[in-house]
Formats: sequence, structure tokens, C-alpha cells
Amino acid sequence: MTALKQDHISGGDSDDISVAAAGMTRAEWLAALVQRRGSLAVLALVVVIASISFGHFATIANAQNIAMQSSFLAIVALGMTFVIISGGIDLSVGSVYALGGVLAAYGMQESSLLGLLLPLAVCGGIGLLNGVLVAYGRLAPFIVTLATLLGARGLLQAITDEGNVTRLMPEGAFLTKLGQGTFLGLGWPVWIAVVLFAIGVVLLQRTRFGHSTVAIGGSREAATLMGLPVARRTMLLYLGSGLTAGLAGTLAAAYSASGVTIVGVGLELDAIAAVVIGGTLLTGGAGTVGGTLAGVLLLKVIQNIINQIGTLSSHYQSVVSGAFLAIVVAVQAYLSRAYLRGRRR
Amino acid sequence: MDDATDAVLAARSVGKRFPGVIALSDVDIELHGGEVHALVGENGAGKSTLIKVLTGVYAPDDGTLTYLNMPASFSRPLDAQAAGISTVYQEVNLVPLQSVASNLFLGREPRNRLGLLDFRAMNREARKILDAYGIPVDVTRPLRTLGMGVQQMVAVARAAATDAKVVILDEPTSSLEPREVDTLFSIIAKLRDDGVAVLYVSHRLDELYRICDAVTVLRDGKLVHTGPIADLPRLQLVAMMLGRDLDEVQREGTTKFEGERTADEETAPALAARGLTAKHRLDNVDVTVQPGEIVGLGGLLGAGRSETAMAIAGALPLDAGRVTVNGRRVRSGSVAAAMRAGIVMLPEDRKADGILPELSVRENIALAALPRMSALGLVSRRRQNAVVDTFMRRLRIKASSPDQKVGELSGGNQQKVLLARLLCTEPKVLLLDEPTRGIDVGAKAEVQSLVDELAKDGLAVVLISSEFEEVVEGSDSIVVLREGRVVTELHGSDVNEAALLAALAEDAKDPQDPKDSADD
Amino acid sequence: MTDVAVRRDTARRWLRDNGVYAAIVLLIGYNLIFTDNFATVANLNTQLVQVAPVLIVALGMALVIGTEGVDLSVGSVMAIAAAILPLYLGYGLAPAIGLALVAGALCGLLNGTLVAVVGIQPIVATLALLVGGRGLALVFADGQLKNINNAELLDLGTGKASVPLIPLVAAVLAVVAWALVRHTTVGRTQVATTGRTVRPVLLIVCGIGLLLLAVIALSTGTRINVPFIVLIAAVLAVLVWFLVRQTTFGRQLVSVGGNRAASALAGLPVRRVLMTTYVISGMLAAIAGIIATARLTASDPSRIGELFELSAITAVVVGGTPLSGGRVRVLGTVAGALLMQLIAATLIKHNLPPSTAQIVQAAIIVAAVYLQRSRSGGGQ
Repeated sequence: MTALKQDHISGGDSDDISVAAAGMTRAEWLAALVQRRGSLAVLALVVVIASISFGHFATIANAQNIAMQSSFLAIVALGMTFVIISGGIDLSVGSVYALGGVLAAYGMQESSLLGLLLPLAVCGGIGLLNGVLVAYGRLAPFIVTLATLLGARGLLQAITDEGNVTRLMPEGAFLTKLGQGTFLGLGWPVWIAVVLFAIGVVLLQRTRFGHSTVAIGGSREAATLMGLPVARRTMLLYLGSGLTAGLAGTLAAAYSASGVTIVGVGLELDAIAAVVIGGTLLTGGAGTVGGTLAGVLLLKVIQNIINQIGTLSSHYQSVVSGAFLAIVVAVQAYLSRAYLRGRRR
Repeated sequence: MDDATDAVLAARSVGKRFPGVIALSDVDIELHGGEVHALVGENGAGKSTLIKVLTGVYAPDDGTLTYLNMPASFSRPLDAQAAGISTVYQEVNLVPLQSVASNLFLGREPRNRLGLLDFRAMNREARKILDAYGIPVDVTRPLRTLGMGVQQMVAVARAAATDAKVVILDEPTSSLEPREVDTLFSIIAKLRDDGVAVLYVSHRLDELYRICDAVTVLRDGKLVHTGPIADLPRLQLVAMMLGRDLDEVQREGTTKFEGERTADEETAPALAARGLTAKHRLDNVDVTVQPGEIVGLGGLLGAGRSETAMAIAGALPLDAGRVTVNGRRVRSGSVAAAMRAGIVMLPEDRKADGILPELSVRENIALAALPRMSALGLVSRRRQNAVVDTFMRRLRIKASSPDQKVGELSGGNQQKVLLARLLCTEPKVLLLDEPTRGIDVGAKAEVQSLVDELAKDGLAVVLISSEFEEVVEGSDSIVVLREGRVVTELHGSDVNEAALLAALAEDAKDPQDPKDSADD
Repeated sequence: MTDVAVRRDTARRWLRDNGVYAAIVLLIGYNLIFTDNFATVANLNTQLVQVAPVLIVALGMALVIGTEGVDLSVGSVMAIAAAILPLYLGYGLAPAIGLALVAGALCGLLNGTLVAVVGIQPIVATLALLVGGRGLALVFADGQLKNINNAELLDLGTGKASVPLIPLVAAVLAVVAWALVRHTTVGRTQVATTGRTVRPVLLIVCGIGLLLLAVIALSTGTRINVPFIVLIAAVLAVLVWFLVRQTTFGRQLVSVGGNRAASALAGLPVRRVLMTTYVISGMLAAIAGIIATARLTASDPSRIGELFELSAITAVVVGGTPLSGGRVRVLGTVAGALLMQLIAATLIKHNLPPSTAQIVQAAIIVAAVYLQRSRSGGGQ
């Protein structure tokens, strides 16, 4: 870098130390708030409007339904949140999700234990492969996971004889009951998602691992120079993403009691959309687990609303998701630029 | 300072070579605890290479390193850091989105009994550390919302807080306001009192004389001088940095500049830049160039010479100021507008901002003037070839063919390719930022006589060079800059080495009242 | 660098630049020997028709990647074009195609604006259209698969043009010869006077070959039936090749991708170049959608173009165009698309399930990207 080019991070308005001591300006504080909690506000607004407009919306049955539908995406999005916060992306989760379901059904033919371990092992292995290629091979995440997306789907087809074989899960088995049973009115998958999210919140905000994940996303070079084990942690993040996708697929298969092969196509996009809408920067370095949950719920609530309307084609859901995504990212870019003063180049 | 203390970190007879260049040769340096040691030298002197050797980024080819009285060899920078050698780089290497406290403690965050991060303790500790250094900052703020100065100080505080025994500061004040510099110096003073060895790299002479105890001067990879700074007068220090021998000013025809040009003072200036101001970079800079005149921008590293050129060329957004070419105003902040007005610039870093190494010589030359060589969007190969051949001949560009990849050419030829690119656009004003840097002697001479020729043809030239002789012998007049401001102008017979040296070494009396600088 | 390292680097570079051609040659050779019915016109037609849509999309993708970007929305744009087409066939084939193209261009404009003006990363910007575009297409089509009865469209999809055989073969051979000239250094010498390199032996061989072909052409009148779709793809490939090499826009595209800072400092209209690139990508995707629809004689917005962005990126990367931008290898992209098609076809012919093809493809992508990594560390 030449002496001239001061185009590293530039500072904000507060060059004066005394201003620095005073705390953030109102505008900065507001911007940060919008970033972190905006999705929650929108969710609340949408729920309120929907409850008023549709009789069937604000019912317990509907709430249970939404919760159930959301739980699988939520678990996938949890793993994705960590990966995106670290500055990466995982496009393979859709295929891994489907693979998990199929393997679970396979394993169930033997025992529930195998039905749980087999998908986790294989999906975790794929996540580990992603992690090694990205962290140690230094290859771009989007293309590595794009390749794994293809490869995992291929593997899936291979073991199900090109999608012709669908294993059913035995009726009374533990795993099936886990997928289909309820506790206090909500399905077990919902509770599992809640627990995982609670763990996720603690992991991200209260452990060194989580703290370093955010730092790595903020500036990989700085994190390396500060002595953090960047490669190892990055690899673990992709491992985690693979595991959560596999788990979600397993639970979804248990819920429908069969390992269907055509699921999960485009799931990665929903997960990414949920994470980004939830306030996590797609470029990494900032984000919350709670925001992702709000993002997932928002997407599913919108889907639910569109179904309620009935006359609107269900395809509007993805149009709305896409529009949301574009708007959120544009707003993120604007906020970043206004308060970051531009990292030129 | 106790001379008998063993050095905390010492390098003896260190040498480092890269393909085609000797970066360091037989350099010694000793850093003692409780001492602030200055490292000075112009571009290419070997400062950054030496630092990289000391911190484990490079392994020296010759010589030894000693740390804490034991031979040391670090295989990676992390090892040096773990051993207690911390470096604070010119570019703030912290995480901008994280809070100040987070940045201070990243990797060693305090935990509570449950093993979870204890943010309250972290913030408390951070506040304590920063208070001890006299930096009143809200530690929960994201780092990026703070000014560069505060960010830099947080970086220094982090380095110090990790129980470092050696702290290396690389151009720490390049983005600081005067008030922040004071605070930084109190941190450094505290480090010194705590027995830490500080290596301070800077070109700002005032600061060096204020805070440092000892100085080491490098030039062209060799050690020129080392010793207490109080024993070295400023003029001598500058002379050493620039390699001038004060007692004998040798006139051995060091450059190919003829030096004698009669610029027509009566005609309107080709380039008139007035009041160029950009926050932290330039402060009310004026540059006027007649057609056929070569105006040199003089100054040490960081004086704002390149920024001035970039501002005129439209590559640096301006807060205030205007640029006119032949009386007509040019829209600032737009390279395209500047080029349309006839202003072109040869960038300082030709690799990063100039050449497209994978493309051919022909493509590189034609790049800026492409629309002129095309009809209906199709590139006219014939026209392109004609222009390219003309310039290749005129500038004597040595390439196996116009189709050779520019990345394969020597530095000198690459520079000529860039010059050709600029000349294709038929410019009126030529801004040259280090036109002969990193090229061999023969090519240097060719470029110098070419610049002379262009001026004779009526082009207005602004010349920036860290080669003293080039600036002195090539320029008709020199605008001397320091820290973004014009310090003085040299004209006519005043354009000589002694005068320039004196202008560069002059004690800085702050031209503005410190109270006035709190303008935002 | 050590000797071993230098050799390894050269080998790696050769593989990266020419590996795809070598692989095609090997695979063709393998198939000629081991696969029945490989060297038939029918098979050739089938393979080429199947690869045409991917190839067209890959051409646009190569341009975008050349600017250091990526366009993930191509599959959805195909769907949008496929959905719009049947709506306007009532007005005639040309207007319907025209409108579908406009739709593609608008999608590209949206992407380009997000990237060049708003400053969003290309992955993210095109992701939005990827997510929302397909839904939009389904909205246009009311979620239905529509069978198309338009005779002209049918003709476009399945019809063939009669092309004289010898000139066609000559054209193909010319391309192969050009590829050889560009990618090997066989027989290269330097002319003393002009300093330009020529290949005397190669030129003589080509000259004689063409002469022979001309003689044969005059005597026989053989013609061959080439599907319209293949012709369209071939013409588009030539146009894109021409665009990249001979037009101001193409050269500016390459330099913007190579070094955006240097291009800006040289006064290039960076923003305009980027936006135009995405518009072209959108239009090519629309063409691919139209063609796929014509072939299916049905508009299926829910399935059309599925995973096409992946196939397109694969073709581009395998063909040697670096993801870091600055270089667009049109011929390489064509070869990359052909290679992937060939692999899939070979596996099928040998009774291996398509899933194997997917896994092999995935491995090839990783290998290709790995080869692209420069030795001097992650930097462009």
C-alpha cells in the first residue's frame, strides 16, 4: 500500500476525543437499532395487521401450524447465521437437508439411533469438507458450497436409485414420534428449534468462539493479525452449518414419516433470505441469532397470509421474499456507507 | 538511558534480498527497554523490510536476531506477537464493527465463573486501561464510529495491554490531529516509563525530536547512522535521509533534465489549482503551471504531494478548491471530467493503479483513448496500431511485440507504456507521480529527457519525485509541501539543492493556532 | 521459487488454460472407442441441442464473471422469459420474442443498477432476483405449465436448417486451428522486421487444408441439417467472441474486471460498462429461456432453468475464465459447456446414473477453481 492511499477504514465524524467520549450520536444509534431489530418490528406489524384482517389468522391452530412449518427452516437458518456472520456463505444446505432426510429414513430401517446418527455423520462430513476447502484451501465459499450443493444432490440421487426409492419411517419408532409428536401443543421440532436457538444466542454473544466469529466476519486480516485461530474456527462454522441442515432434514423426514428426495430445493435461498432479513449483514461482521428467528417467522407468516388470501397465487410468496431481500440489502448498503464512510476498493 | 543495558531486541548485520533488489544490507539496530527509538528513511530505504524481519514476517538472509538475550527466529508473525513483540501498523488493523472494548480484548476476553464472556468486566477493564492512557472514550461504541486518531490509540493500547516488551509503531500519526498526537505521545511516554522498548517509524521530524531518544537512519537498505537523536541536528538528519553530502554538493550530472527552459510568464497558466482542501489530506494548496513549465512538488513522505496530484486529476474528492485549465473550470472529483479537460496523471503505484498486467502493450496504451480509436463501437485495429506503433517508437518501448503482456515488461517499459497511454489522449496537463521509481538507470534517463521534450512541446507538467536531484534539476519552480500545506515556493535561482534541503528541514512553527484546527 | 515449484506452477497454469480442451479431446477419443453410436449425426445433434441453452446462458455469465461479478439470477430470468412468451404469442412470434427479450434486459438492468449504482455485491444483488424472479414468472403464468401450439415457435424449436457441409466443416476446423494457435507454442518464430510472431508451418498446413476443402466443396453438394437452436447458439457465441475482442465495450469490460481502480483512473465509464454487462447477461438468459420453451413446446416456468446458474458458472470456470475477472475466454466457455455435456452423456451411455454425473461435475468445479488460485496468494 502506498503512503498516499489512506483508503483503509476511515473514521466517523467524531475526530474530537471529547465527542468520542460522549457516546454514539443519535443517528448512529438509530441506524444500529434498525439493523438489529427492524425485522422484529416488521414482524409484529405484519402479525397485527393479519390478525385484524383475517379471522383464521390469530387462532391457536394457525399459530401452531406456523410454528411447525418454521421450525425446520429455522434450524437450517441457525447454522447459516453463523456462517454468514463470519463472512462466508453456505449454498449447499438445501441438498444437505434433503440428504439428511433420506439418510434418516434409511437408518430408521435399523434403529432410531442410526436414523439420527447416520444423517448427522454424513451431513457433518459434508460440512467439514466445505470448511476445509474454504478455510484451508482458501477457495471462495460460494463456489465451494455451490459444488457441494451439486455433489450432495448427486449423492442423494445415487443412494435412492435416482430418486425412485423413498423409504418410509416405521410408525411407532422413537424418531418418528419425535417428528410428529407434540408437547404442550407444539411439535417437538419446534421445541428443539427453540433450544438450539437459545444455545445459539449464548454461543454467539457470550463465548469467545462467538465473539471471534463476529470479528472474523468484520475483518479477516485483523482477526488473523490479532492471533485468532481463524482457519480452524471457520472450518467449524461450516461443520455446524452441515449439522444443522442435516438435523433439520432428519426432523422434517420424521414429521412426514418418509425420506422424500425432492425436498430442499431452494432451501438455501430461504435460509439466506431469513438471515439477511433478520438483520445480519450479508458481508459479515454483524448479526444476531434472534434476528434470524424473526426473519424465518416473517417469511413463514407471509406465506401463511398469502395462503389465507386464497385468491393470490402462492408464487407471490417468493416474489415478496425476493423484494424484501433486495430492499433489506439496499438499506444495509446505505446504512453501512453512511456510517462507515466507505472502504474504498 | 543506560547504555549498559542489554538490548531487548537487536539485529546484527541483517541482510534481506528479493529477486532483483537488495532490501537490506548489513543493518544493525538495537532496541532498549525504556527507550523510544526512531527509524527513519525515505521510500525504498528498507524501513518496512526491517520491521518485517524483526516481527517474523520475513526471515533474514544474513545476520542474526537477538531477543531477550537469546537468539531468536520467528517463523510467523504470530510467534513474535506471542513472544511480546507487538506492531501497530499505519492502517488500523482492528475490527471496525466491533466495540472498542471488544477490540482491546479480542482473543483474551474475560470470562465469568460459568465460562461465559463477562462483558461488564471487559468494559470495566477497557475503561481502566484507556483512562490510564488518558483517552476518554465510550468503550461500547463501535470502533468505526470513532475518528482515526482514537482508533489508532486503541490499537496502541491493545499492543501495550498484551504485556508486550517491544512495541513497534509504523507511522502512527499519519491521520492524527495535533491534539490526538499529544495524547498518543503521553501513551508512548507511559510505555517508556514502564520499560517497554518502542520503535517509532515516522518521517515527521518534529515528532521525532519530541518523543524519541535515539535514531537509526537507513538509506537504500544500508545503515547510515545510529545514535542518540539529541546529537543529530535536523539538517544533518535530512541530508542523511536523502543521501546528500552537505559539505560537497556534487554536480555530476545526476539527471538528464536540462533545467533551462523559458516558460512564458505572460500567457495564461495552463493549470491553476487554488485552495485545494480535503479533510486530513490537503489544506488550501495552490499550484500554478504555465504551458511548457515543469513545477515540482517538494516534500518528504506524507507531505501531500500525491494527494495534490490526485486532487487535480479528479481522483480525490475535494471539500473546497477549484481547478482551471486554460482558464476553464474543471469539475472536481471526476477523473473523466479532468481527462476531458486535458489533465492526465501517471499514478504513483503503477502496479495497483496503472497497468493491466494480463493485457498486451497495445491494449494498455490504447485504454484511455479507446473511444477515439473506434468507429461505431468497433475498435479500429488499423487506427489503434498506428497510434500504438507511433508511441512505441517515440518512447522507445522495448517489448517483443505490441502483443506482449505488459506484466512481462521491465518496470521502465511499463512506465513508458503508461506514459504512452496518457499521451494518446492529447493532454494539456501532465501530472507525474514518481515517474522514475523502480526503473533502471537507462530507462530513467530516457523518461527524464522525454519529460523535458514534452514540456518543450508546450505541455504543463507537475513533477513529483522522491529523488532529490530529479526534483531540483527537472523543475522550473518547486512548491514545497508539508503535512498537506504549502510551506514555501522556490523559483528561478532558488531552485537548488541547498534551498530545498533547508525548506524541508525547517523547524515547523505551526502556521495555524491549534484552536483553529477544531473546525468540525 | 525453487525449480520444482516453477515447474509445478507452469503445469498448473497449462492445466488451467488448456485443460478443458485436453479433456474434451480425451473424452471424445474415449467415446469413439468405447461408446456405440457416438459418431453419428443424430447423436451430435442431440448433444448440441441439449447443450445450447446452457451455452447461451454461460456466454452471458462469462461476461459478468469477466467483470469480477456473478449473475445468480439467470435461471429465474429464463423462467420469466418462458412465462411471458405464451402470453403474447397471439400478436405473433416476433413481438412475443421481443417482449421476452425486453423482460430479460430489464432484469439485467435491475441487477446492474444494484451492483454498479447502489454498490451491492453481485452475489447478493442477483440473489434477490433469483429468489423473487421465479415467483414472478409463476405469477405471470398463473403457476401453470402451458402447452404451446404456435407453429412458428415449434419450427424454431425442432426445425433444422440446411447448411452446406464442407463450409461448415471448414468453419469448425478454422476454429480448432485458431484455438491451437492461441493455446500452444508449436512452431512459433519471430519475424525479424516487424517483431510479430508467426507460425509458418501451421499457416502452410492450414492453407493447404483449406485449398483441399475448397476443391472438394466445388465437386460435392452435400448438405447437412443443423437444428436452428444450434445455429442460434453458434451465432451468439461468435457474436460474444466478437464483442469481447473487437468492440470498445468488450475491451473496457475486460479492463474493468482486470483492475477497476486503474480503469477508473484511465477515465473509463466503469458504471456504464457494468450495467451493460448485466443487461447483456439478462438478455442472453431470456434467449435461452425462449429456446428451451420452443424445444419443449411448452412453457414451464417452475422447472425451466433450474440450476442453470450452476451449470453456467461451471462451464465458465472450467473453460478457464478466472473468477477474479479481467479475462473472458469465450472459446473456453464453449468448450466448458461442451465438456460438461459430454461427461453427462458419456456416463448415461455407459448406464451410469445421472447422479454420478452430478458428483463428477461437483468435483470438477472444485478442481477448476483450485487451479485458478494464483501462486502469489489470494490477491487479484
